[in-house]
This record gives sequence, C-alpha cells and structure tokens, in this order.
Amino acid sequence: MAKTSFAAGRYSALALLRGALGGHRHWGRAWRAAEPGGPYDVIIIGGGGHGLATAYYLAQVHGVRRVAVLEKGYIGGGNTGRNTTIVRSNYRQPQLQRMLDHSLRLWHGLSDELNYNVMFSPRGALFLGHSDADMVKLAERGDALIAMNIDAELMTPDAVAKLVPLLDMRRDARWPIEGGLIQRRGGTARHDAVAWGFARAADNLGVDIIENCEVTGFLRDGDRVTGVTTTRGDISGGRTAICVAGNSGHVAGLAGLKLPIESHTLQAWVTEPVKPMIDTVVMSQSLHCYFSQSDKGGIVGGGDPDMFPSYAQRGAPIRLEESIAQCIALAPALSRLRMVRSWAGVTDMSFDGAPIIGEMPLAGLYLNGGWCYGGFKATPGSGWLYAHLLATGENHPIAAPFGLDRFASGRTVDEAGAGPMPQHR
Amino acid sequence: MLLIPCPHCGPRNQEEFAYERSVDSLVRLDDAPGVAMAALYARANLRGEDHEIWVHVQGCGQWLRLTRDRVTHAFRDVEAL
Amino acid sequence: MAATGRSGSGIAAQTIGFVFDGRRMQAQTGDTLAAALVANGVGLVARSFKYHRPRGILATGVEEPSALVTVGEGAHAEPNVRASDVFVYDGLVARSQNAWPSLRWDVGAINSLAAPLIPAGFYYKTFFGSPARWMLYESVIRRAAGLGLPPTVADPDAYAHRSAFCDVLVVGAGPAGLQAAAEAAEAGRRVILIEQDAVPGGSLARETVTIDGQPGMAWAQATAARVRAAGGRVLTRTTATGYWDDNFVTAVERRTEPGQPGADIAQVLWKLRCGEVILATGTIERPLVFVDNDLPGVMLAGAVRTLALRHGVAAGQRVVIATSHDDAYRTAFALAGIGAQIVAILDSRTAPQGAIIDAARNRFAVHTDARPLRALRKGMQVSGVEALVAGTRQRFACDCLAMSGGASPVLHLHRQAGGALDYHADRGAFLPGAGRQANRTAGAAAGVHDLSAILPQAVIADPLGAATAPQPGPVWRGEAPGKAFVDFQNDVTTSDLSLAQREGYVSVEHVKRYTTLGMGTDQGKTGAMVALAQIADGRGVALPEAGLTTFRPPYTPVTMGAFAGPMHGDHAGPIRRLPLAAAHDALGALWVPAGLWFRPRVYPHAGESIGTASLREARMVRASAGVVDVSSLAKFEIAGPDALRVVAAVCATPVEKLAVGRGRYTLMLREDGIVMDDGTLWRLADDRWLLTSSSGGAARMGRHLSYVTDILLDHPRAAVVDLGEHWAGLALAGPRSAAILADLTGAAVPAHMGLADAMIAGVAVRILAASYSGERAFEVHVPAHHAAPVFASLIDAVRAAGGGAFGLDAMDHLRVEKGHVVIGAEADGRTTPADLGLGGMLRKAGGFVGWQGLTRPAMADQTGRRQLVGLTAIAGGAINEGAMLVVREGDEPLGHVTTAAPRVAGEGSIALGLLVDGRARYGETLFAWSPTRRSYVRVSVGPPLFYDDEGARYRD
Repeated sequence: MAKTSFAAGRYSALALLRGALGGHRHWGRAWRAAEPGGPYDVIIIGGGGHGLATAYYLAQVHGVRRVAVLEKGYIGGGNTGRNTTIVRSNYRQPQLQRMLDHSLRLWHGLSDELNYNVMFSPRGALFLGHSDADMVKLAERGDALIAMNIDAELMTPDAVAKLVPLLDMRRDARWPIEGGLIQRRGGTARHDAVAWGFARAADNLGVDIIENCEVTGFLRDGDRVTGVTTTRGDISGGRTAICVAGNSGHVAGLAGLKLPIESHTLQAWVTEPVKPMIDTVVMSQSLHCYFSQSDKGGIVGGGDPDMFPSYAQRGAPIRLEESIAQCIALAPALSRLRMVRSWAGVTDMSFDGAPIIGEMPLAGLYLNGGWCYGGFKATPGSGWLYAHLLATGENHPIAAPFGLDRFASGRTVDEAGAGPMPQHR
Repeated sequence: MLLIPCPHCGPRNQEEFAYERSVDSLVRLDDAPGVAMAALYARANLRGEDHEIWVHVQGCGQWLRLTRDRVTHAFRDVEAL
Repeated sequence: MAATGRSGSGIAAQTIGFVFDGRRMQAQTGDTLAAALVANGVGLVARSFKYHRPRGILATGVEEPSALVTVGEGAHAEPNVRASDVFVYDGLVARSQNAWPSLRWDVGAINSLAAPLIPAGFYYKTFFGSPARWMLYESVIRRAAGLGLPPTVADPDAYAHRSAFCDVLVVGAGPAGLQAAAEAAEAGRRVILIEQDAVPGGSLARETVTIDGQPGMAWAQATAARVRAAGGRVLTRTTATGYWDDNFVTAVERRTEPGQPGADIAQVLWKLRCGEVILATGTIERPLVFVDNDLPGVMLAGAVRTLALRHGVAAGQRVVIATSHDDAYRTAFALAGIGAQIVAILDSRTAPQGAIIDAARNRFAVHTDARPLRALRKGMQVSGVEALVAGTRQRFACDCLAMSGGASPVLHLHRQAGGALDYHADRGAFLPGAGRQANRTAGAAAGVHDLSAILPQAVIADPLGAATAPQPGPVWRGEAPGKAFVDFQNDVTTSDLSLAQREGYVSVEHVKRYTTLGMGTDQGKTGAMVALAQIADGRGVALPEAGLTTFRPPYTPVTMGAFAGPMHGDHAGPIRRLPLAAAHDALGALWVPAGLWFRPRVYPHAGESIGTASLREARMVRASAGVVDVSSLAKFEIAGPDALRVVAAVCATPVEKLAVGRGRYTLMLREDGIVMDDGTLWRLADDRWLLTSSSGGAARMGRHLSYVTDILLDHPRAAVVDLGEHWAGLALAGPRSAAILADLTGAAVPAHMGLADAMIAGVAVRILAASYSGERAFEVHVPAHHAAPVFASLIDAVRAAGGGAFGLDAMDHLRVEKGHVVIGAEADGRTTPADLGLGGMLRKAGGFVGWQGLTRPAMADQTGRRQLVGLTAIAGGAINEGAMLVVREGDEPLGHVTTAAPRVAGEGSIALGLLVDGRARYGETLFAWSPTRRSYVRVSVGPPLFYDDEGARYRD
C-alpha cells in the first residue's frame, strides 16, 4: 500500500526530530474543525471510534468522501475513551469469531495504516479456568477457534503461573487456577489514539468531523430519512448512519423507532502506576473481572455492569468492590496498589449480546450498535463492515448475521446463552 | 448507590433489588406471537424518565414498579405490584 | 536546603527515628514525612515521571504531586506514598523511587536532555511497523514508566467494611466543618465528622489566630470533643473519597500509616448513608507558572507556612515569596517568626492594599508588579529567582521560593454528587453552584475565608487581620525558554498544552488525554486551574467556557484492599455446603465445585484415579444400587386454588391431567422459546405441586416463578415456596433399589413417576420415583436437619446389597448413556425443546412462557438447527468433551461434543453432542476434533440413547 500523504505532515521519527529542532511548531491540526456542510453522501451520527472508523473506511476503501461525522461533544468521549482497551477475537460463536477476527486482523496493521500509533500491543489475552468444568469450556472455545483458523492455546497451571507470576496458584484457593486459554494475538491498545488516528486519517481524505453538533431529529421524505436536524442546523445526506453506542435507543427514538437495546452502566478503574507487574490481559471464565497493565503502569480493570438501565455515566461503588475483590482473589499483590480513578460508560446492551448492523425500518437510516461492553475490540472491523453497508447498501457476508431482523426471525447470536435480556456475561 | 423506597420495607440499598425489565416490555401469556416478540425486543429505552419493574429480591421478595429518571437516577414514584 | 533546627511549635512532641534512602534521621511525633525530611535538610526527594527531574516537597497535603516515595519494607512496602500524607512512626523506612542507580545520580534524567524529542503525545507519531516491533519499544517505555515498584506478594494487611447512617455528615474538620458538626450534634442530630488529617483543625494549623481565647488548634480539639460529647462520631485520618447516588458517601479510614505493620485492621472502608452532607473541604493552593517552577525548594506558600507553624520547621533560611494575593504574606510573617529571612515578597499586583500589606512593607522588601520568570538552580536545589519587577528583570538569591497562585476550593465531592459549579471571575475560582443531592458547602470551599464569618459567635483574634479570598495568579506566557510545569507529576508543561491545542486537541478533555494533564495520582489537584486558564487563553475564550473535566471518584487514591475488604482469599466467594457434607467426608468424598456448591465427585478407593472410581461407581449402580446426594436441586412447592395456573404458565408440558400422586418430566422455557431449565413436576394434592429443577438454575427459577405468579398472572390464589435449602435429597438408583427401599420403609414403593410418604430411620420422608440413571430409582426428600440418619440407613442398606455412594461423575456417565440432557451442557441457552428432541412434549395449545418465541420461523423450522445426537467412538480413543464435530480435520465445525463419558454398560467412549441437522445425520461418520488437546476421534452419529432403548429397566 502506498503511504498516505498528510496535508499536515506524516508522522515519523524523522518528523519528530525535525520538530525537536523547531520547537514542534510545524505540526498542524490532526483534524480540521469542520463546519456543517452538505449535502453529504453519508452522515454518521456519533464521533466515537466506530463512527470515525466507518468514515475512514468509507473514504479509503469505497472512495465515498462526502461524509460527515457528527459528534455531540468531543470525539472519542464516549465509550471509546472509557473502556479497558482489551482487544481479542476469542469468542465462541462462529458469527462473532468471524467478525472479531476480521477486526483483529485490521488491528494488527492499524498503526501503519493510519500513520498514527494506536499502540496495539498483542500481549496475549488469557482466560483463566477455575475448575475442570471451566477447563472443558475453555478447551471447547479453543477448539472452536482453531477450527476457524483463529489462534488459541490451552495452558497448564504451570504455564499460566510462568506467564503471570502474580496469580494465586494455591490448590486450595477459593478460585483455584486450573489452567487457561490464551489468544496470543489479542492484547490492548491505546483507546484515545484509536479515535484520534481514525479522525486524522478520515479528515485527511476529506471527511468532515463536526464536533459539538448534537442530532436533535431526522429529516424525512415520507418513510425515507434524508438527513438530520442538529444543534448546528439541518444537514442532509443520502444515507444516515446511527453509531452512538449507549445512546442508540435515544437517537432511534428521535426517528420513532424502538430497538432491542437497553442502556446500562459499566464501570472500570485504574490504579496508580507502578513498574511492570503484569504483561498479559487476564480474564476469568467463572469470575466477572478482568485486568491488564497500561503502558503508563496503572492496572486497569473492571467487572460486571450495574445491571439496570441508566444513561448517567455513573455507577454504584458495590460493583467496584466486587470486581476489585475478584481481581485480588486472583492476584493478591494487587491489594496494596491504590485505585486512582474510576469511571463509567453507558453500554448499549443488545437482547442477545451481539451487535446489530443493518438497515432500519426507515429507508436511508442505518444502525450500528448493540455492542454491549465489547465494542472497543471491534472498532476497526465494525467501521469496515458498516462502511461496506453504507457504501453498497448491502451487509457484507461477515455482518449478515447481525441484522436487526434476527430478533423477529429467531436467528439470534447468543454468545452467553443468556436469552432475551441484556446479557451481563 | 441508589436508595430504593420499597413500599413494603422502606428505603433500602440498591444491592437488595434486582431490575427485571421496563414496563413496556411485558409479554403476556396470551399475546399473539407478533405482539409478544415486539414487546420483548423493541424497547423505548428512554433517556429520561421511564417505568420499570424491579424486585426486592434480598428483602421482601415483592415486585415494584418504579418510575425513575435514567439520567439523574431520581425516583418519582414507586408502587407495589 | 540547609538543615534547620526545630522551633517550638507549641506541641509536645517526642523524638522518633526513621530512615530515608538508607539515611537514619530523627523526626518528632506528629511530623509528616514531608515535614521530617525538610527538617532534616533533605531537598531532593523524588524524580519526576517522564523527565526524571529532581523534585522536592511542593505541598503539605494530599495534593502533593511530586514527593512520592515507597514506604515500608518487604510485604509491607507501599509505593507512591505522598510524603505529605504519611505521619512518621518510629522505625519508618522510606525509599525514593523511579530513579536508578540513585536518586542523585539517576540515569533516567537523560530523558530531560531528550525532552525536545519527546513532547506531549510523541508516542503517537513514531514507533511504527509491526505490532511486534512496537512491543519492543513498548517494553522499554513500560520500564521507564510506572512510579514505584509493584508489590509482588500477598498483602499482609487486613481491611474492613463498615456501614453507618447519620443525619449529617460533615467532611472536613477545619473551622467551618467543626462549627457545623458541633451545631448539628448539639441540636440532637446524628453527626459523623470526618477529617483526612490526623488531627482536627484544617487551615487553623497554618494560622496564628486565637478563637475564644484559645489557640486555633486547641479550639479545634475542644470543638471536636464537643461533637463527641453530643453523641457525634469524629473520624480522623479518614478521607471521603466518593459521593454516590442518594447521599451515599464512601470514606476510607487509615488505622495505620503506610508501610506500618502490626494492626488488626489497617484500613476501614466506611459506607455512609447520610441525610445531609456538609462539605467543608477547604481549598488547595495553586502554583505559579514559571520556568523551572518544579525545582526542589520551590514550594507552595501555604505549605511553607504549615511547616513553620504546625511543625516548627523552616523550609529555608533565605526565602522569596511570590504571590498574587494577600494570603502568602502570612507565610512571610510565619517564617520570620521562626527566624528565617524574607529576602523579598514578589506580588504580581500593581497596587495591593490593606493592613497586612502595610505591615509587610514595614518589615520586608515588598515588590509589586513583580512576577517570577524562572527559578535559578544550584545543583539540584533552588538558589534564586529571576523576576520581572515593574518591567525590569531582577534576580533574588534564596534557598526557598514560596509561591502562591491563589487557591481553588475543593469541590470534588460536590461535583461527584452532581452539583453545578459557578465561575467567579472576581475570585478567579469556581464556587459550588446548585446541588443535586442533599448537600451544601461551607467555609473556604464555599468561598468564605474570613473566620469571623465562619464562626460568627466566636471571638477571633488574628494578629494579621482577617483572611481574604486568595486571588488567582498570572499564567506565564513563555517569555523564557525552558520548562514551566502545570502538572508536576506527569511533567506537563505550558508548551505541551500549546502543542496539543495547535494540533487540534482543543476540548479540555482532549488536552487532558493528549498531554496526560491531571491524570496522575494527584489527579491534578494543584495545577488544574492554572492549566485551564491557559487552555482558555489559547482558545481565546473565557475560562469557564473552556469546560471542566469530570471529577471522578476517588478523591484521593484508595488502597485496592480497602475496596475488597474481607472479600478476598478464602472469602472471595461464598461456598455452599450440602447438609450431609460431613457424612460425605466420612465416606472419603472428593469434592467438586458446581456453581457455588461443592458436591461429591467420586468416592475413590485407595490408589484409584477419578476416572476409574467414577466408572466403578456407575457400574455399581447398573449392577446393584447406589446413593447420590441431590440436595442442591431446586425444589419449589406451589400451592393454592390457582396453583395449576402457575404451573401451567411455567411448565411447557401438559400438566392439567397429571394425577395426584404422580409426576412427570417437564421443561421450562424462556420467553424467546429457548429451554431455561428442566425438572420434574409432581402433583402432591389437587391444589399442591412440587417442581424440582436444576441446581445451578435455582435462583433464576425462583425469580421466574415469582415473576410469573405476581406479574404475569397478577397475584393468583397460589403461593410459591422455595424448599431448596430446607429439604435434602438422596437419589437411590439401581436394580436393587426398590427392594432396598421397601425393606427400609416397610411399605410398598411407589411406581415409576409415582410418589409416596414414608418413614426411614424414624424420619418422615417423601419418596419420588424418578430415574435419571436409566435404572429403577427413587429420590428420597427429607428435611435437611434430619437427613443424616436417613442417609446412614440408605448407605448401610445399599452396601449390604453390594452397592454404595456414588458421585457426580458417575451420575454423569449414567445419564449420558441414557441420553438425558443437562442444563448448561446440552441445553446451553441456545437450544429449543425440539433441538433436544423433546419438541413433542410441549403443549400444542401454548399458553406457557416461551410459546410465542417458538413460533418464529428460524425456531419453528428445524432445518439448519443444531440437534442433540449421540456419538460413539468407532475406532478407539476417548471422545473429548467440547471437541468440534467435523467431517475432517481443519473443516469448519458442524457442532460440538456437549458431554462425553465412558460406556458403563460395555466398553468404549460415547458422547452427546449438538450437531447441525443432527437427526438427518444418523449413521454418518464424523470426527470429534480437539486441536487444543490434540485428539481426533472417529465417531458415528446416532440417536442420543445408548442403553435400554425400551426403558424397561426403570419401570416397575
């Protein structure tokens, strides 16, 4: 692939050196502060990672450059900047495996593709098993992954202990560690950089990124959506694409539509930074907790959502206590670290736990949402697939199982087997 | 940490309660299939006040209908079901 | 910094010893580590995060960004402790961190030289190539980042959680908080007063004021005593860290100091539900922004004053004070009072007026229209300041530069509670606006600084006159090359903020995230407003329009162990023990977790493997008889005139015609038509039913029954009682079981799927003739407290018949051979009754939960669905549970093995599986492929039934 040139300059070590000599005055804006224009071929509502990725791939892959991304606040300010940055594709259901591994492959080339270091770090995503039954479930998942040509490796307790020395390997621990399943191609990335990198690359291809622009309604021509009304005026476009995660229900409601989505709170936390102590993403098959160490040194972790509908970006302390207690149960040394910050995001919990990508009952209106609390890892893949839908009017085969009609037809993709309620695991 | 005004027990911590579903999503046993699936899967999911069914699962075990704001977390009304 | 003697602080203190970086020193009780280090002449305390710049003490409160040290030894070591937030105890050992090989000679300081190459966000612009290549760079970056060394062993400290209620919670025991707490307590209200410091007093610790004739700190002690005397609770060394919904406040009490061993409980996490919350949280002083404002010896003026008045420590002998308001003048008088020389007061205002200014002019060299441009250094210590005084550059030599750029009210908790902030341009500060919860702000946090306004009834004598509101300081504009810090901990400079804005990171949240401004362990408590002023300036907007970042809990960092409390180690999860656990232990049971339950897996003989033992037990059941504990099964009794309606709604199988005294296998569905649970339904009487269901789904089924009853059926005349824990269950299975039971009860046994009441060992039991093993079998239900003699009798009887106890593994072998499904394995939350071959059991007329979901096309049409099949290994080898079912290795799976087992009646390996269009594949040959376990077993597909096709063995 030819290297993209950037109006405001490509990023490279050499360019940094040049900056060092000149006081870094040569750097231009990473993306323009675009004003609403139009009409656009595609209007994307939501300037999170998924929306910005969609805009980028529309322009890059499909040559659709008259694209606007409308963001009510600042880009990347929703769940993109609020997650625990875990990237993996080791799901159990083949439809999700295909989709997320497509995304994972994009992650592996993303920094170069965007000329923005998103710090994708395939340090391994490890699920721990705490019983023989857990290990069978992990083996089943591993078998299913390998059968789909996705990497997975079952680990013995000794191998787990060697990889993550901080784990409590006592045989009589309450949640003894009987082994694990690792996806070595999984890992973490720098969440903000993903939003900024996609924004800069999309902007460079002519996409208008319009911040502080909240959608307040839809322009209609009969049953066809022809654009949006916003706090910065009306904007018209050929296709209008909702990509607003936790606000999916709200924005769909502006068009008079209801979705199989409920918005719930998910909290996360980070400790004070310390020198390297954990090199892998650690999750659990039975417990509801996960943690990894950021490049800055903080341990980032989380657990169960707050289990009731909320748009508040605010949770209850009990959820923090639970997830921290479980992390300490697995890695007792974490106890002496100090949590420095906790935060909450509004997750778009779908009614089978899988995302929804497809056309809405109103012509010209599309939805990409319902990513629950697993959207970050899907960012490039979700944008790539949504761009395909918006450019061609048809879902890509990988996205085909995720249409809105699956709920009426009974073809749900129920990873957790938890049924028609927001799935918390 | 919500303090939910249980009409049977008085105000109690949210830990004692479990959210069941929004009132608009009730599926009646005699609903026609289309009606039932629409109720089950099409949620208003309002960014604001909505009606919800909760259960005081670690308390009296009774079911409650809460009218609450999903942005401010304020309760406007609670009634026993 | 010259070592200084201690001046009398008026507080009786004892001398104690501590160690910093191997050097033994002395401190006085009541000293913070910061005070003790300054008293011992230690200027260089730490290295900064990014550039490894030398750093000293900046502040004396929790806002300290720079002086982070590791305190304690071995397992008690605690990294990243603020020197200002640990009180010295005898034997305290502290070490500097983030420096190698030593604090003074730190190799990392090379980053300072490379600083032009590594501005804010530099890492986004380089290190391209493959992820593997990035990970090489990353490993270097990770080692350079981080502050202290991580703990590597389990935490020796213990933590507790406590809940409390109060009418009034007062946060902060400064004058405003004390006053509010005493008033409320004496008015009869339940009061909790919490203070993060070790003693009450707050800002009084840095004042020379007397209140009602007492020194300020003595008045504070007396007022705290009044709160206690009136029944209030005063918690010192306790920090309110989180303000949550509905006036719920979390606070952390430190019972021991960081690194200090020996306490039963090191910290307590308080959970406070409060009627009203009064936030008397005071202010935090702001730095001034000039080049090298981070040098050791450059300190906040209030901190210098606290050291002088509270600890009797002079931070320097020749001190320059740089300020933008009156308050820092008090520092000049305090320092002069303990013998330090005030070289100059640099006041950025052009014509400050007032009594304190006049008094200062009489004693000190006061320069107006004067602002520092750069700190001058000698070695690693400030040696002077270059200032712009009325347009002229002047230098002042000093060994301590006390600066103050105003003060910011501490409004974190107010914001966490959803309160608004109002910007007051005249004060250069945000003050609390409308609250959303029942809270208010008092004292300096609310902008009230004058003591006589806070304590209107008291007689206040302040030798320096009334305190005034601190005014904001100027923001340096980059007139000199060099680094001027706004975030000392994360090494964020004014030029970083400018760079971010130039690159389009304009929103305050973008600036924060791009530069890491305010994201350190201090959460930017000192520099936030200064940075905000520059951000607003850069955008050409008024300060409040630049926006604020969110105030997130916790206010100060909280030890993870305190959140976990006792819920770790053995208490990381509850354990559910069977009522007969002791009896199983006596039989040599090997336990296996099943959800939260622990159940007997096998009862191995000496030297027997689990697999050998379970197969022996299963064959024992086929040959004679065995007893398995099924107490954890869910059991619900449903009774009342409308009980049938409840049962009919929950169970998808026909129920109405079930005769009294009979039972049948049944399915319970979710609303989407998927199998939620299975079990047996028994009609005890015309209007009384017993429903058993899976152990793991007990809680879900209980809630489901309650929902169906109370919501869907709108309170029918029926009650649902969860008997799960009240009744033990013992399943007796095998060809000898009927004879054994008849013998034990002295009565005829019920026919298959019949029930009877009986007596065993003098205990009344209920017998349900249900089989899960394929053999004639009975479940004996008995009140849990009376189960032991019944179990003993059963065991004796089966042993006499050549049988014995059997565990879960044997039960699994038996049920696989018989094709019975298990919730979580075959019924995996994605299977319909028809998928499991049980579609014919359903009531055709519907009317049960889930019937509508099943009418959907992809559920009604079996084409392409995964169906339950039986699998038999046909060329040897053991089928692996969870293995993929493929036509050949490498193919996409057509299904998977749900449960595998050895044949009990015969030899070989069999399994149940879910296979796409499985029933159409009977007779086909596939492979059970487990790449993770490197097994590849040829299997034939058939119906899920391997034993006694006719069901002759379990009938009467």
